[in-house]
Amino acid sequence: MNRHPGTSGLIFNEPNLWEKSRRGRCAISLPKADVDRVELDQNLTEEAPELPQLSELDVVRHYTRLSQWNFGVDSGMYPLGSCTMKYNPKTNEVQAARQGFAAAHPLAGDEYSQGALKLMYNLEQYLGSITGFDAVTLQPAAGAHGELAGMLMIHAFHAKKGKQRSKIIIPDTAHGTNPASASLCGYESINIKSGKNGILEPEDVAAVMDEDTAGIMVTNPNTLGLFESNIKEIADIVHSKGGLVYGDGANMNAIMGIVKPGEIGIDVLHLNLHKTFSTPHGGGGPGSGPVAVGKILEPFLPVPRIVKELDSYRFVVNRPDTIGRIHTFYGHFSIMVRAYSYILSMGAKGLTDASKLAVLNANYIKESLKGTLNLPYDMPCMHECVFNDAIQKENHITTMDMAKRLLDYGFHPPTVYFPLVIEGSFMVEPTETESKEDIDQFIDAVKAIAKEAKQDPETLKNAPFLTKVTRLDEVAAARKPCLRG
Amino acid sequence: MRYLPHTKEDIESMLKVTGHSNLDDLFNCISDDLKTDKSIDIPEILSEWELNAHMEEIASLNIACKDYKCFMGAGSYDHYIPAIIPYLISRSEFMTAYTPYQPEVSQGTLQGIYEFQTMITELLGMDVATASHYDCGTALSEAALIALRKHKKSSQIAVSSLVHPNHRQIMQTYLKPAGYEIVEIPYTKDGLTDIDALKGMDNIAGICVQSPNFFGNIEDLKAFKTVSDDKKILFITSFTEALAYGLLKNPGSLGADIVAGEGQSLGIAKSFGGPGLGLLAGTKKQMRNLPGRLIGKTLDTNGDEGYVLTLATREQHIRREKASSNICSNNGLNAMTAAMYLATAGKIGIREIAQQNHDKAVCLKTTLEKAGFESVFDKPFFNEFVLKAPAGFEQKRAALINEKCIFAGVKLEPFYPEFKQHYLFCATETISKADIDQLAKEVQ
Repeated sequence: MNRHPGTSGLIFNEPNLWEKSRRGRCAISLPKADVDRVELDQNLTEEAPELPQLSELDVVRHYTRLSQWNFGVDSGMYPLGSCTMKYNPKTNEVQAARQGFAAAHPLAGDEYSQGALKLMYNLEQYLGSITGFDAVTLQPAAGAHGELAGMLMIHAFHAKKGKQRSKIIIPDTAHGTNPASASLCGYESINIKSGKNGILEPEDVAAVMDEDTAGIMVTNPNTLGLFESNIKEIADIVHSKGGLVYGDGANMNAIMGIVKPGEIGIDVLHLNLHKTFSTPHGGGGPGSGPVAVGKILEPFLPVPRIVKELDSYRFVVNRPDTIGRIHTFYGHFSIMVRAYSYILSMGAKGLTDASKLAVLNANYIKESLKGTLNLPYDMPCMHECVFNDAIQKENHITTMDMAKRLLDYGFHPPTVYFPLVIEGSFMVEPTETESKEDIDQFIDAVKAIAKEAKQDPETLKNAPFLTKVTRLDEVAAARKPCLRG
Repeated sequence: MRYLPHTKEDIESMLKVTGHSNLDDLFNCISDDLKTDKSIDIPEILSEWELNAHMEEIASLNIACKDYKCFMGAGSYDHYIPAIIPYLISRSEFMTAYTPYQPEVSQGTLQGIYEFQTMITELLGMDVATASHYDCGTALSEAALIALRKHKKSSQIAVSSLVHPNHRQIMQTYLKPAGYEIVEIPYTKDGLTDIDALKGMDNIAGICVQSPNFFGNIEDLKAFKTVSDDKKILFITSFTEALAYGLLKNPGSLGADIVAGEGQSLGIAKSFGGPGLGLLAGTKKQMRNLPGRLIGKTLDTNGDEGYVLTLATREQHIRREKASSNICSNNGLNAMTAAMYLATAGKIGIREIAQQNHDKAVCLKTTLEKAGFESVFDKPFFNEFVLKAPAGFEQKRAALINEKCIFAGVKLEPFYPEFKQHYLFCATETISKADIDQLAKEVQ
């Protein structure tokens, strides 16, 4: 195991903040009180909240130790399928922290916020060109929020036509957030299965598409990592009944410069800046979920919109068909700064190369691990490939056991048990920023684990061994929830 | 490109394994008519040096220079961020991880967010706080949906007209497609939500009141709780300035069932309005209704304590269309930032900072009144208040921004057209007495 990155080292224990607290300590520098103290009416106030009392070093050491219990992209390969855990460039952080961006107040006024407006306007144009759409909103705060915005636009489109519809078609290979976003608009999900090749068949869509169906939500490439090559026929079927096609662009990292979703029948698409455009995932956000639309949906975009007149920019709110506002201000601006920096650092060729190499890395893993792991859909994949544990099941070893063992080898496991179409899914998305050597190490680790599954299954069942904690009792956590200290 | 590690030899040997003759062949599974023949129309690639120059040029088009003085709030506040916060939050183990699906290698995020949940429940006097939401407006919209789903007989919710106008707009966007309606509770001439008007409202599923409200005034939340009890509906409160609860009675002790708030004040840069931090907390009874992630404590196989994502059965990836919300990624890193801020300030610091915010705001108000501004409401406030400006102020305000980088208040008229010439002022601990005197002198 020496060749693998995983090893053991000194890890520090660290209690909860309040266990370290000692009355009288304070870690913040307080400004001088240079004005008179004015007490509020005592009926309005109470004793200060019982927050921990610590010194500055207490706080620094606490969070330093906590951070050392985490695994990030900077620590090692993080092939979490459908999450696009690519390298997060550090220059992006420098750009977002510039005083002119970080200190800008959202209500300063258009005239005094020209830098922010210009950047947002340009980013909208760039994302429009990458996806082949006419207009983009940057307001949604995350991918699921973008989905909601997109579905609200479809809802508003049908309302404007004078007849609301009640259903939406969602394939089994769509992202889990899709049905939940649709139901917030009051649409009933009509679930359809993908065909035997793992992609949608036009006749299956035709069988359920009718004039009471608002449209279809398609993830392309889908969550099996396969390109939905019937997308145009499917779009034609949906359009012929007056429906619209929602594209989940979470997997855009596979097709930049190759396919423009706006050119192949998709009407509205969300992107995840924290996936394709390299902004950090932050342990679960903040992300950003811009939405791109064609001409027919443009009037429904959320407000405010940005318009350019000569060389100046301003916000416009007066748009009669808009779905309204979906974020308190304009969305996650500092995330937009990072994505903008990434796009300018990559250029058109760089983005296209990124997609090609992401697809190369995934296909390389697929071919290298085929046979070691079962590959339910043996077809050319896009940016990710999905195996399962059918071979290891003979030794009573599951995907979860293999995932936990990978931790000991120094890799973050792939996405497991998703997509639901495959039992025991093991969904690998390496991304383009992993080198051949790192990928080879990952492949070796999986092969070594597969060998262990045959020879020493008990070890796998008890893995991991090198982590701060071992497997945790999630059932007990949910049965008797303890959500605060 | 420095982010792409593949050498020519790497590509060749990998293509041999995949069985393709070149990179373009990898896309043979996509028919040509689906491929684009248009290039991506973006500027030419920039080196890191060029990028720095370009970005500084754009950033400097925003008037937010070093000597910047911000007397504006209205949902985004200028507070001092201690040096250790950006330093610690930049640790890449926090920043470059994702949702803690593998708890064994995510204990840092998990314990950190568990501590965040704990400190937020303490700050707000509530039983349960979620791992975060996008911002206050979206959290409040989700809270309203909880009330509406619970109270099936009614499709209307009463919302104070002094809830942040942008938050009310978001609620409108979220509620309308599901067939729900917002009924606005008017405000009184004192700048408070009109509780008598509320009492007369029938067939409502819940009540939403912001305190301190958009005018900065502190609402009598307890009185609203009595009304919601009478009507047997949920009482939802919101706030835009989290530091207010370093000083004020918390919403939990005043009877809130659900609290939605904005946590940007807790160590997070204004960043032109985002990302901020949506806070969402509830009583124990609401635990399973709250949307979004929750972290819980448990034991590992050795009997050691650890943390996991829990109660996931409420969430979209399990419940799909039956989930209470579609939220997946939240604002986790900003929740961690807020936790760091709360731990840094502590019980002593948060009280002193909150008190100073109030003191400076009172000083600013008195000083501006002496300089010719008119007081509008005579009610207790935290760090924001409304004043009527003397004639000619608008021109002076513009000149102050252009010449001195001083932003004197938020114009109220775009939000409340009936308040011509009125401004919402804010003073925080970053404002000194000298700043206040300078402003008064300039606008006199």
